[in-house]
Amino acid sequence: MSDNLREQLLLLPAYFQGHLLLTLAAITMGVLISVPLGVWAEQSARAKQPLLATVSIIQTFPSLAILALVVALLGGRIGFLPAFIALTLYSMLPIVRNTVTGLESVSSSVIEAAKGIGMSPRQILREVKLPLAMPVIVAGIRTAMVWTVGLATLSTLVGATSFGNYIFTGIQTRNLVAVTVGSLASAGLAVGLDSLVAAIQWLLEKRNEAVDSSRLRRIRLSVYGVIALVSAVALYGLLPQPRADFVVAGKVFTEQYIMAGLLAGELEQAGFMVDQHLGLGSDVLYEAISNGTVDLYVEYTGTIWANYMNREGNPGREAIRNAVVDYLDQQGVVAVGFTGFQNRYALAMRRDRAEELGVISIDDLLPYADDLLAGADLEFFGRPEWLRLRDLYNMDFAEKLTFDPSLMYTALVERQVDVISAYTTDGRVAAFDLLLLDDPRNALLAYDGIILASTKAAAQPAFMQAIESIVDGIPDQLMRQANRLVDVDGESINVAVEFLHAEMAKN
Amino acid sequence: MIELNNVQKSYDGGTTLAVANTSFVVERGEFLGLIGASGCGKTTTLKMINRLEEPSGGEIRVNGRNVLDQDPEQLRRNIGYVFQGIGLFPHRSVAENVVAVPRLLQWEPDKIRARCEECMDMVGLAFDEYGDRSPSQLSGGQQQRIGVARALAAKPEVVLMDEPFGALDPITRSELQEEFKSIQRSMELTVVMVTHDMTEALLLADRIAVMREGVVLQIGTPRELLNKPAHDYVRDIVAMPRKRAQRLEELMHDE
Repeated sequence: MSDNLREQLLLLPAYFQGHLLLTLAAITMGVLISVPLGVWAEQSARAKQPLLATVSIIQTFPSLAILALVVALLGGRIGFLPAFIALTLYSMLPIVRNTVTGLESVSSSVIEAAKGIGMSPRQILREVKLPLAMPVIVAGIRTAMVWTVGLATLSTLVGATSFGNYIFTGIQTRNLVAVTVGSLASAGLAVGLDSLVAAIQWLLEKRNEAVDSSRLRRIRLSVYGVIALVSAVALYGLLPQPRADFVVAGKVFTEQYIMAGLLAGELEQAGFMVDQHLGLGSDVLYEAISNGTVDLYVEYTGTIWANYMNREGNPGREAIRNAVVDYLDQQGVVAVGFTGFQNRYALAMRRDRAEELGVISIDDLLPYADDLLAGADLEFFGRPEWLRLRDLYNMDFAEKLTFDPSLMYTALVERQVDVISAYTTDGRVAAFDLLLLDDPRNALLAYDGIILASTKAAAQPAFMQAIESIVDGIPDQLMRQANRLVDVDGESINVAVEFLHAEMAKN
Repeated sequence: MIELNNVQKSYDGGTTLAVANTSFVVERGEFLGLIGASGCGKTTTLKMINRLEEPSGGEIRVNGRNVLDQDPEQLRRNIGYVFQGIGLFPHRSVAENVVAVPRLLQWEPDKIRARCEECMDMVGLAFDEYGDRSPSQLSGGQQQRIGVARALAAKPEVVLMDEPFGALDPITRSELQEEFKSIQRSMELTVVMVTHDMTEALLLADRIAVMREGVVLQIGTPRELLNKPAHDYVRDIVAMPRKRAQRLEELMHDE
């Protein structure tokens, strides 16, 4: 077994437990809400269409959007609760619809007989209609169960633990073993829970049959056993866990995983218990640090400047740093300090091609730009930075191509394009020995790494002391090497964290 | 005893009457056949007796009490009902179907069990053999036997039947008709049975009410209807079994 696989499997119990609890809780709540709603819809002609339309519309929302909306509605709260609510909403359609269909399909002669012998409407519902509709309702629950298991992987993005942790980390750090383990585990759980519900349904149907063969008894015992086991594992997550002192978080790319690991390591070394919530969306994270659900993460000045302060100009690196620090101060977020590296966009060329043309800055590029091919990631040519760059230097390229980031670097190395929009701390800049062009006219925004802390955490001197060493401790070059270990050399995040830690200790 | 006094039923606020000014009395222990073509109002009349349909006007009394003064569910539990579509509960065992009403009335479990065996014996299906089966494992005739047992389980004095034997094959039908008639006699049940089969009505009923377009044209014993029909329609419908018998006779003699 490879080290990588072993490392992934060590994470399995925690992820499994998180995924199971999330799925079962959402399905249970989904059933508790949806079956009564279905019953109501079946009985009230006026309620039926609006209700079915509403649950259908919920279903058509992109699942990521639902997660984001729930987080926003909860005031930026992340973790189990928003994921649970979103998954519950998502489970409703098949259950409500099948409940209505199941109840409507009960034969009218049976219902008339029930009425004719003197059953009350409630007795007709409980003793005749619901039992007869049960197979259809259970089919709806099974559909919802399979969907929910799959969707639960997305809850990683709002900070709930699930098999999605494997998948998102794996995709971002090019760890296919992690992606495979996560996908297989999720699929396996879906099949397992589906079979379990099927088995419970089968037993309920056999309940009325007098045949009590030893085989039936054996099956019943094993189903009970599995139910008990599954519930125990899921409920274990509800036990009060030793509470972490601080929550360290990060966005969905390699540098963020490494920095979160580094920060968490420093805190742990200082004797704190730390929870890591990785792979969160940018907006979610900023909300979370503001309201104290997250205590520590690394943000970028350009992101705060453009996305949260909604500023358009580019007054230069220093001015943005100062403005951002002032702004954070007003927002009640503590800026612990800068990381030392800056992860911004930069135009990059192969060193040999640059030397051939005699280029070291964007100014030098002007005479050739009309003949050059440019490559960028999916969004660069749509961002204000590119528009500003185009206008300030009054230049454009012969052709502009967009790529997935990793393909963009390959295209440059293989001479399919002449210039790309590189990220300044990207490991591939170091690996391929690329030349980052200077930007004398300040077109491209500065993206200084800035360590943000919640006010609650920053109030503790020991916390500030623990992370002090990281402030201004990581120059571009060092961050680039750490990113390279993961992105180019295929090492794990932990190796990169160890590397940074060791390098910083030397100074 | 069942009394209908000027009973009306309209589904459109009185513009047209599904049942118009109907009055008759069914004495205790009497078997009344309610006959007529589809849509003549006979089933509506039957269903108003246990309030599956609410009358638009007039008064219905069962054992002297106005049905509108009673809780409809309690009323129905005290009146046996045999359904056209049989209407057994497919998710319940045969025995559970039989004792459905005593359960609703919350009888003691021992009493329920004893009554279940008694009723199943009465319709010729042994409890030990059939009690645990599911209704789908029974033949059509056996299912309607259970339908009859269910109607009788709570010892009602009044039983309503809506074309109870219509879906059965002729041999099973005539067996069940005879058995039911003897049960009705021995238990002195007051019965109203809706049917469109004149032969069935003549064989089972003490008196027959002939309905057409919501109106009872004539009510009387089979003999009265045959000898003194008050209406051409009554004469035609009552003569039908005899005509068919004659036609059969002729067919046999032709050979």
